[in-house]
This record gives sequence, structure tokens and C-alpha cells, in this order.
Amino acid sequence: MQSKLILKDGSTFIGRSFGYEESKAGELVFATGMVGYPESLTDPSYEGQILVMTYPIIGNYGVPEKFFWESSRIHVAGLIVNQYIDTPSHFLSRKTLSTWLKKEKVPGLMVEDTRYLTQLLRDKGSQLAKIVFKKDVAFDDPNKRNLVTQAVTLRVTRLGKGSKTIVLIDCGVKENIRRSLLQRNVRLITVPWDFDIFSLNEKIDGVVISNGPGDPKMTGVTIETTKKILAKKIPLLGICLGNQILALAAGGDTYKLKFGHRGQNQPCIEQNTKRCYITTQNHGFAIGKIPKGFKPWFVNANDKTNEGIIHEKYPFMSVQFHPEAVPGPVDTEWIFDKFLDQISKVKKLII
Amino acid sequence: MKKILLLGSGALKISQAGEFDYSGSQAIKAFKEEGIKTILINPNIATIQTSKELADKIYFLPVTSEFVERVIEKEKPDGIALSFGGQTALNCGIELYKKGVLKKNNVKVLGTPISSIILTEDRQKFSDHLHKIKVSTPRSQAVKSVAEGLKIAQEIGFPVMIRAGFSLGGQKSGVVKDKKEFEKVAEAALSFSPQILVEQYLHHYKEIEYEVVRDRYDNCVTICNMENFDPLGIHTGESIVVAPSQTLTNFEYHFLRKKSIEIVRSLGIVGECNVQFALNPSFAKATEGRPNPEATGVERKGEKIQNSRQAPSLEYYVIEVNARLSRSSALASKATGYPLAYVAAKLILGKPLTSIINEVTKVTQAAFEPALDYIVVKIPRWDMEKFRGAEETIGSSMKSVGEVMAVGRTFEETIQKAVRMLDIGVHGVIENKFIDKKDIWRHIKIPTPRRLFAVCQGIKKGFSIDKIYQETGIDRWFLYRLKNIVDAERELLSVGTIHELSLHKDKLLNLKKLGFSDRRIGEALGKTELEIRKLRDKWKLRPSVFSIDTLAGEFPAKTNYLYTTYWGNHHDVNPLKKDGLIVLGSGPYRIGSSVEFDWSCVNVAKSLKKYKKKSIIINCNPETVSTDYDMSDRLYFEELTFERVTDIYEFEKSSSIILSVGGQTPNNLSSRLDQYGVKILGTKASDIDYAENRNKFSDLLDRLKILQPVWRNFSDMKSALKFAEKVSYPVLIRPSYVLSGLAMNLCYDERELRSFMKRAIEINRRHPVTISKFITNAREVELDGVAQNGKLKVYAIANHIEHAGVHSGDATIVYPAERVRYFSGVAIVETAEKLAEALNINGPFNIQFMVKDNKVYVIELNIRASRTFPFISKATGVNFAEVTVDVFFNKAKDYKIEYPNYVVVKAPQFSFARLEGADPVLRVEMASTGEVACFGETAEEAYLKSLLSTGLSLKKKTALVTIGGDENKLHFAESIWKLKNLGFKLYATNHTHQFLKSKGVRTKLVSKVYEGKRPNVVDIIEQKKVSLVINLSVKGDGNMVAAERKTDGYLIRRATIDNNIALFTDLNSARLLVNALDKYKLDDLKIKSWEEFVHTS
Repeated sequence: MQSKLILKDGSTFIGRSFGYEESKAGELVFATGMVGYPESLTDPSYEGQILVMTYPIIGNYGVPEKFFWESSRIHVAGLIVNQYIDTPSHFLSRKTLSTWLKKEKVPGLMVEDTRYLTQLLRDKGSQLAKIVFKKDVAFDDPNKRNLVTQAVTLRVTRLGKGSKTIVLIDCGVKENIRRSLLQRNVRLITVPWDFDIFSLNEKIDGVVISNGPGDPKMTGVTIETTKKILAKKIPLLGICLGNQILALAAGGDTYKLKFGHRGQNQPCIEQNTKRCYITTQNHGFAIGKIPKGFKPWFVNANDKTNEGIIHEKYPFMSVQFHPEAVPGPVDTEWIFDKFLDQISKVKKLII
Repeated sequence: MKKILLLGSGALKISQAGEFDYSGSQAIKAFKEEGIKTILINPNIATIQTSKELADKIYFLPVTSEFVERVIEKEKPDGIALSFGGQTALNCGIELYKKGVLKKNNVKVLGTPISSIILTEDRQKFSDHLHKIKVSTPRSQAVKSVAEGLKIAQEIGFPVMIRAGFSLGGQKSGVVKDKKEFEKVAEAALSFSPQILVEQYLHHYKEIEYEVVRDRYDNCVTICNMENFDPLGIHTGESIVVAPSQTLTNFEYHFLRKKSIEIVRSLGIVGECNVQFALNPSFAKATEGRPNPEATGVERKGEKIQNSRQAPSLEYYVIEVNARLSRSSALASKATGYPLAYVAAKLILGKPLTSIINEVTKVTQAAFEPALDYIVVKIPRWDMEKFRGAEETIGSSMKSVGEVMAVGRTFEETIQKAVRMLDIGVHGVIENKFIDKKDIWRHIKIPTPRRLFAVCQGIKKGFSIDKIYQETGIDRWFLYRLKNIVDAERELLSVGTIHELSLHKDKLLNLKKLGFSDRRIGEALGKTELEIRKLRDKWKLRPSVFSIDTLAGEFPAKTNYLYTTYWGNHHDVNPLKKDGLIVLGSGPYRIGSSVEFDWSCVNVAKSLKKYKKKSIIINCNPETVSTDYDMSDRLYFEELTFERVTDIYEFEKSSSIILSVGGQTPNNLSSRLDQYGVKILGTKASDIDYAENRNKFSDLLDRLKILQPVWRNFSDMKSALKFAEKVSYPVLIRPSYVLSGLAMNLCYDERELRSFMKRAIEINRRHPVTISKFITNAREVELDGVAQNGKLKVYAIANHIEHAGVHSGDATIVYPAERVRYFSGVAIVETAEKLAEALNINGPFNIQFMVKDNKVYVIELNIRASRTFPFISKATGVNFAEVTVDVFFNKAKDYKIEYPNYVVVKAPQFSFARLEGADPVLRVEMASTGEVACFGETAEEAYLKSLLSTGLSLKKKTALVTIGGDENKLHFAESIWKLKNLGFKLYATNHTHQFLKSKGVRTKLVSKVYEGKRPNVVDIIEQKKVSLVINLSVKGDGNMVAAERKTDGYLIRRATIDNNIALFTDLNSARLLVNALDKYKLDDLKIKSWEEFVHTS
């Protein structure tokens, strides 16, 4: 069935539907990764966004079991591709991408020229857009809402065993952050974004603030919690949205990037070294003003934006990219090790 | 670091081709930017790297440790770069290191430490190393008995692969699934070969490659991953390859990426490295008990994984690691736009990756991984028909001679482009060249160059995708994409008439999106290509021009690297209009069209700057320098078809097209482009046709009173035989209008003529067969020239060493033509002047002459740059390509090239060893895959250097001589004396032995194979008792008729090639060799650079 992708600036792209046929609005963004559409679609950071895949052939290996996803459902508001493949080939595939989108009520379109669309977003910046079938809908800016509430579950869960107890504040956490921590033998308590972690009555060795969707300034409660963590000098690792939240809590500032970084090939240089890491990224906001007491940890080699901060004295650190990868390169997994090492050091000091 | 010695790869041969011209050229550029001088050793004169604009000093010398050592002593370089000249350079470097030459002369090996290179070259040690870092490799062990083998087989677990030793060339190998089968096959194999390899059998595993770059600060990135369309078992150089991988999930992609980085780090690679993996397409299928360090504790059964909280584990094996630039890295570089060789060159100087800018975007960093927003398909180009007797099947060793790369937005669009790029006369993947269903199945099951077409035809005939998958192991994903093409064609055929099609613009667009050419669509509808084109014009259906920008449009890139697609509605660039001039490249390398045309193309493109024109190159060969990002103002990685060339011409609104410097492929387009109204720079298409059309050309020669061998066209046997009788044998026969396959042949008697005539008529009944009188013992001479408006501006004459009858591409060519007498020389130039004037030649041309008894006959005229263009340019010091451009702008001056005080000899490089079964004999049809040329003070010195460059090694002074025919015996007798005096121990077969005995030369008699005695002549060769074989056969021994009978001559030649021993089959070249050996010892050969010989203008 034919439908349209309409941008706020009036640009219109004719598309052929392969997903759920219902009009939807959101923020239009593009991602340049060449693999990992099931992981991307289930990444909660995409909440409210219509995603354009720059890689032109999507659907190749179908959709695997939920076990392989990054959360329990699709978070994008819509999917735009060049060519959709309805004949996937992979032994782990359980259904086609089309079946999945339909089941989860997410529209998917093949449009004429996704490269042009990408260039448009690159030149003009991310835009509001809508996928329109028969019934029109209004444009909707997801960044005006606190998207974190839509992205997360509300239960406190406890997983894993280990000498360290880590609290993971879930602002829309990707499953692989949890997996990465559990692989490193920690006791992991996952709490919702607005949960008072000090009500847990646990000895907390470290806190991880997860990734998540939207504008960091909308996550007031989490920022307040973070301020308390900082005051208590509990080791802290922020990832993506968590990075921005840390900056805001520590007195820094964030801003919206023109079109964001979404891909698996973003080069980040560790400051004061010659080391460059290829990272997975998915963010529209970034740290502008570095908070006092912190120094830049990573900088993007392409556009020189900040990619992470680290405290000069205390074990507070955060990265804008995704050390847990998935989809994308696993070059920065060591961030988790570094964080846990820091905790060990702190623990030693206390003993 | 002030001065670097760079080793080139020498002559092009199968498995080591043009890609090293690309990598070396980029390295030189990278060094130059840093203010470092490069000394280059490369005897491949047709390359672009051996141009004065690139290397600071060039030695056309063998890339062997002896010569390189002497160059080191003379030049005293600070460092040596080994990773840009393929296996040749790497092996030479290892030898230099082991001999202590590098240490003695204080030469630093740049980049990857030599110890790592040596480690990767030793299979067992390397495998042990990988196991240490928990990387799996397939198990493989050599055994000498059935019992020993069975033990290994049981350890590995059935099924296993049994491979017999090399000499059998893949025979007696096979997959066995149990003890009983093992015993049977192993026993048979061991009766032929002293040992067999028992290998873990990775049936239908996916083959995946990564290209990795690392700097000395441990920054490590993968530039590209690639997936083979064909599963494991077919060499990656023989496979259709796509980039990026299509069927890998994120987990698989990044798991293997991580592994390749771990391997590269463990080896301390600095520069570039290629890692090849075999990946189990379904690890649920893996049998238990296989060693797999990653799999510990994980259930491999599919269902269990779903319930487990543990990440799945892959079953994979490392197949190969190349610690240098490779064929794959050249492909990756072209596929992504990332200048791998350039970056690798910077890294080996010790620069950090983070300090290098992305030369394609100019705004981002080289420290990143390209994101593609297109798909790339590579298809190898084979030329097996060119080799008599060669096996057509493809497998674990390389046989292809070139490749093409297509870029598009879907697999369907891209693979259809790619098959057209091959220039093998197909217009899409659906080509029915099969007899029946059985024939199709056979071609699906047994891999040959035709498998892709058989698969498509099978799908068309309704074979199930699953069944094709089971037979071929080609992933269903690819098969379904092909099915999509087949389905679209079926729908098209059901449309019936163009009238109905014209109702559906969308339908036509959809076909174009799936890669159908106008011609193919026209054929289905009974219309011409131009009619379909008109329809497209009417509906404004034109391909979009997209750029390859390395980052999927994320940043505005300043790239000039382009392709076209129907999956778009915008263009990334604006037309260059009148400033732009299109130069057509050569397409894939193949026998007869190789790097020499790339040289011409690049030089012409670069010279356009002088006239303030912008060059637009169209080419589709990833091995070339012409497809480098900085060689032209714009590069279209596109088809060299009429349709695409005109699409680009019309989009760019170019002033004109140059098609005379890319060899025969672009030249063939001349009349069609001309008729379509495209402005062609150079000689007029109608005049080109005069030279191409045999009848017209013959009339012209008669009119100009220029001699030519007598010839006529025939369609029936009787008159052909009568004609041959009249002009007397031998005659040359050539069927017209057949594909490269069965072409020319020399017939020495009626029996041969009958046989060839019959075949020729069978092949093509509609077209006549040309038979011409063949002049024996004639000298062959070539003239390369450039004319302006019919007036000769520059020329050079060279002669062949071999008598006429050996294809000019296979001949040994000497410049200056010292064997041409003054009288003939004048006649040759006069003839060239006459022809240039008569055809109003405006640009390059080449004439081949035969000279006998002071009479000069014209055999052929090609109105385009010839294969010898770079050779002649470098031998004379006048760049003929630059003169060509001057001619195009009417600005050429007159050159008078002085007779030089040096000699240059070009020698062919053959790749027969790779082509199981092929008869390694020189014939009228070309068989060489490359060439070298060296300078010397005499022809002998130059020739000896050239021979050493193509692999001649005379470590032992022993030779086998088998000389057929009285004439040969008499002519070669003196040479045998010389060999004897040089201290050669000679072996000879009976007739030769007797003859030499009568002349007082003692030889050791060896029996022929048919005589049944052992050791026979083949045993002598296989035991490597001789280091030189001179096999001069009587007329026609190399002909197909004879080769099919497996003559002794054939067996001797084949054994010689298979045992890597120097082989001479031509009297004249053998004589020159002996003279050269007589005159020069290795140390007498001078180490002089190009500049020391030739003053280049």
C-alpha cells in the first residue's frame, strides 16, 4: 500500500508500506550502521523517533527471538528503508521484519531516495515528520515530553551474584548494558528512572545511569538522584543519556545536536592519548559545558564534540557512546572494567 | 627516514595482478607527501607506479634478493617497504632478512615486524599462535599411511576432507563420511602420492573477510567486511563477493570483527592486514566434539540458546591471514572509498591513525570505519577458453585473470551491472547458454565460471531454492534475490508488446531498478535497445548519480567517486558540462587487456589538465589505478556499455569522449556512440571501422599498394581446402564473430585444416571463416605511433624475437628494432605514414608487420593505443599518451626519437602453473597474463634480466633438451655447444641425443614416456634434476588436435611448468637465452636505474 512520509518543512516522500498501516508522527532521524536492525529497533533511546536506515537493504536476516533484542518491544515510531527484504535467511530468524512491525503496530516504509532524505536531515537538522496513510495526524515533538516514562518498566529487579552491588538506573536501558555488567560478576539491582535508590536499604558500591530517549533536561528526578550520588561519592558510570544527566547534575550543560550521532563508526579519541576508539552511538543531545571538577574524557574525532567526561578526583565517569555496543563494535567494553576497577579501589580504601 | 626502497610485485600473473600497482602507487604518493624519496624496484614496465611523476628512482630489475641487495648497496636506503608488492615482495623481503642483507646495510623494515610476517607464512606455527590467543583454525594434518590418517580423521570427526599432494592437482581428493569411505579414498590417494592431507571439512561454511588497519599506537579499525556469495571451498579470488556482508547479524559481524582485531594486535601488525574466516551458517548444526575455544559451556542446539541467558557462541575458523596489502584490500579500498594503501603507507612511517585525514571527505578522520549506503558486488573474470586443455572447474586455487566491481543500491541492480561489466557478451544474469535441465543442474553442482547463470536458469526452470542451496551452499538470501530478478523477467515476458509496457512507466522503472539493461528489456519485447531508451527519455527515467562518500551521507564529503542507480531521485553532483571530458577505461583485466591500458588511460586523463579540461573516467575494475580517488576529476565506477556511457555522457553534458586508450572494450563502442551522436575525440569512427573490417582494410591496403598475406573468407570446406592447397600450407585460420573462445589457429596440413574448419563452421554457421597464407620464418615488427590529422607525429619500432606465429602479446619484444634492416625500416615508416594519412588517423595507433626477404607485409592495424604503449613510452622516454592528448587539442609537436645506446626487452609472464591441464606452448592466440621489461646495454643483458624477472632461476647447471625437426636441430646446434661449454649437464631424448652425438656433444639419454622405461623424461623433470627445459617441437605440436592426444611434448611442457622449471619452446628465444648466458654472469648484469639509461622528456 502506498503512503507518504511528510516532513515538517513540507518535503514529501512517497513510500510503499511493509509494516503496520497506521499514521504516526515523530522526530525523523537517520542511523548509518550497516548491521543490527533488530537491536536498533528495540533500543529504547529511539522512543518517539522515526528512523531512517542509510544502509539500503534491510530485513536480510529476519527477526530473532526476544532474547536477542535490546528491550521487550520496538521503540521506534516508524521505520524508513530503501529496500525491504521479505525473504530473510538466517537460522536464528523467527519471523520477517514485516511481520514483526505489523505485530508491534509500527509502520515501515520503503521510500524512493533514502540518501536524499539523509542529506536533507544532515543539512537542515533532525526534523519532525509523520508517516501518513489514509488518516492524517499532527506533527508531534517527542523531545517536549519526558520520554523516559514511556521507555522503561517500573519494577525493581535483582540479578546476578558478586561481591559488588551495582544499581542500574533504568532510563530506557539497553539489555546489553545489563548483560555486560552481569558478565562481570556483579550483583545488579535495576531500578526505574525515578526510583529513590537510597530507599533500597542496600550497600551500593556503584551506580550506572543508563541510556534513554529524549532531552536530558526532562529527567528531573534522575538528575536530583544523581546529585545525591555525587554528594555521597558513590562511584558512578553514565552512559549516553546517563552521561548527559551526570553533566547536568554536576552543574554542566547540554544542547541539542543538529542531527545527532547515530551509527556504529564514530571515532572517539581518549584525551591526552593517541588512542582512538570506534564506537556505537545513538544520541541527539550532547554535553556543552563541562561541569566543574570534571575534564573531557573522549572527544569525537570527526566533529570534535564531547563524548565523555571524567572527574579529576572521584570515580565519576560517563561516556556519550555505548560501551555495551549492540549494534556495533565492541571496542570500548573496557569502560565497564575500568568502572568496576575503580569500585574495587574505592572498596580497598574503605577497608 | 629520508629514502625508502619499495618492492613492486613484478609481472601480472594469476593471483597477483593489477592491485599491486594500485597499492604501490598510493604508497609512493603517501611517502612523497612526507618529503621522503622512494626508490622503486619493479620490472613491470606497464605499471603506473613506474612513472617518473611517482617514484624518485626506478629500477626495472627482478624483485629477487640478489638484485635487491645490489640496489640496496648502491642506493643505501634507510628503510624498505615490503607490504605493497604482493607475495613477491614479501618473499623477497623475508629472504633479504634471512640472508642478513638488511641488517648489514642498516635498512629498517617498515611497518609490520618481519618476525610476524614469517610467522604468518608458516602454517603450523601460525596455527599454534592463533590457538594461543583462542582463535580457532581448521584442523589439518599430513599423513603417510591409511592407519595414521584414520586416527586423525577420527580425532577430527567425520566427515573429513582428504587432499592428495599437489602434483595431482586436486585429483583423488574428496569428502569422506565414514571409516569405510576413508579407507577407500585414502588408499587410492596414497598410491599416487607419498602423503595426503586429512582436513576438517567445513561444508558450505560462509566465507567472510575483514580488512584491518593498525598503527603503532595500537589503534585498530576494520575498514570493510566482505561476504562470499560462494561458500567455503571456492577461493575468495574465484568467488563472487559482496561488501558489506549481507547475511550476518550484528552479533556475527562484530564477533568476527573483534576476532580479526585480536589477531592483528597479537601479530603487532603496523599497516594493513586481511583476515579470512569460515563461519558455520547455522551453529545449531555443528557436530559435537570439535575444538572451539569460544564454545565452551554453550549448548549449540538452537532451542537451548533461546532459553539460556548466555550469549550465543559462533563456530568459526580462521582460514587465512595476509599481513600485507592484498587483492581483497584493493577491493575493500575501492568498495568503501577508503584509501587503504595510502593510509597503510602513512602508518608504516610511524604516524598515528588519528593524524591522518579522510582523503575522500576531507572533513573527517581516517580513524573510523566506513559506513556504506550501497552494496558492492565483485565478480571474477576468467579466460579459460584461452588455454588449451585447461580444466573449467573452479575451486580452492585461483584461475581468474581479473575482476569487476559494481556498485548499486540493491543486490539485484548491482549483480546485473556486474555481469555486464565482465564483457563476456551477457546482458544480465538470465542468460540461457545451457542445453537442457540436466546441463543446468550439472553447472549448478560443479562450480565453473558459469555457475551464477546456471543458478538463475535453474530458478527460471522452477528448481527449488532449498535444493539449489543444498547443492551449492550459496545462501538462500542471494538465491531469493536472484529469484526476484527471474520473477521480474517472467512478468516482463508476459507483458508481450511494447504497447502495453508503454502504459506502465512504473513497470519499466521497476525493471531498471532490478538492473535490467535497455537491451535486455528490448529483447524480451522484440524491440531495440534504442527504442527502450526513447521510452526512458519520454518518461525521464534516468539513473541517479550518487557518490561513494565513506560515511553514508552523514557529512558533506568532497568526493568525486561516483556510481549510478535507479534507486534515487536526486543527483549528488552537478554536471561538469563543457569542461568535462570522458575517458573510457579498460574494464576487467583479461588475457590481452591488462594494466598497460590502465597506464594509457591514467596518463591521458592526467594530461587533460594541461588543456584545462576535467577528466571523467569510467571504469569498473577495482585492481586499477585509474579507479583511484585522486587520478581523475571524476570517477564513475560503472559499466562500459553503450547504455551507461551515454547515460553518463548525457548527464555530464560532456564535450566529448576518448575511447582510444582503454583497449578493445571501449574501442568496440566507437561506431554505436558515433551513430548516436556522441562526440568522439580522435580518429573518426568510420575510419576506425576501416581498420576493423577485414574486407575494407584489405581493399585499402591493395589500393595503397601495401603488401599483405593472401587471405579469403570461406563458408565451405571444399573451397577452403582448395585455397590452402593453392597458397600452400601453413595457413592461418580464424573464425569470425565468436566470443574469445576458439579463435585463431595455424594449420600445417590438410588434416588440421579440416578439423579446425569443421569446428569453426559448427560454432557459427552464419559467419565465414578467414583463412590466410602464413609466412614461415618471418620476422614480426611493430610500430606504435601517434598521428595528428593524418600526419605521423611520433613513432617507435620494435621487433619480436620469436618468428611470426606467436601472438604479439606473448612475444619477446626488443626496442630498438635492431634486427630490422635499414631498408625495411624505411618501408615500415612509409607504410605507417600512408595508412595514417589514408585513414586520417588522429590519435594513437599500432601496426603489426611481417618482414621476410626485405618485403614488408601488414598484418594488422589497430587505431587505438596498443598494449605496447607504456613499454614504448618508457623505452623511448617520450610519453606517447601525452602526445595523444596534444593531438586531441591539435597541439602535438614532431618528435624525432634518436636511436638509443641501450636495449629494452619485454618478456611475457605466463600463469600456466595455475591452469591445470593447459598446454604451455606459444601459439597465435595469446596466453600470457603479464609482462616485464628490463634495460641493458645489449639485448642479451636486457633479456636475461627480463627472464630473471619472470621467474627464471638457474641454480643448477642442468638442462633437458628435446628438439623436434631437422631444421630446429640444425639451428639450435650452436647453442647447445655453448651450453655445454658453459658447463651445463645436458639430458636429451632419443632423437636429440643421437643428433647431438653425431655432432660430438655428449648428453645423457632419457626415455620418452611412451617408451615405457623409467625413469623417463617426466621423472627427470619431477625429480627436479634439470633447471631448464628447452622443448622445441615440430609444427603444430601445440595445436589442439595434438594436445588432446597428450603428446610427449605436452607431457614434458606440463611437467616442467608444474615443477616450476624454466621452459623454452621457441627456437629464437632459446637461442637468445643461451647467448645471454654465454655473455653474462649474474654479477655482470648492471644495476642501473631507468634515469641512467633514458633521458625522459
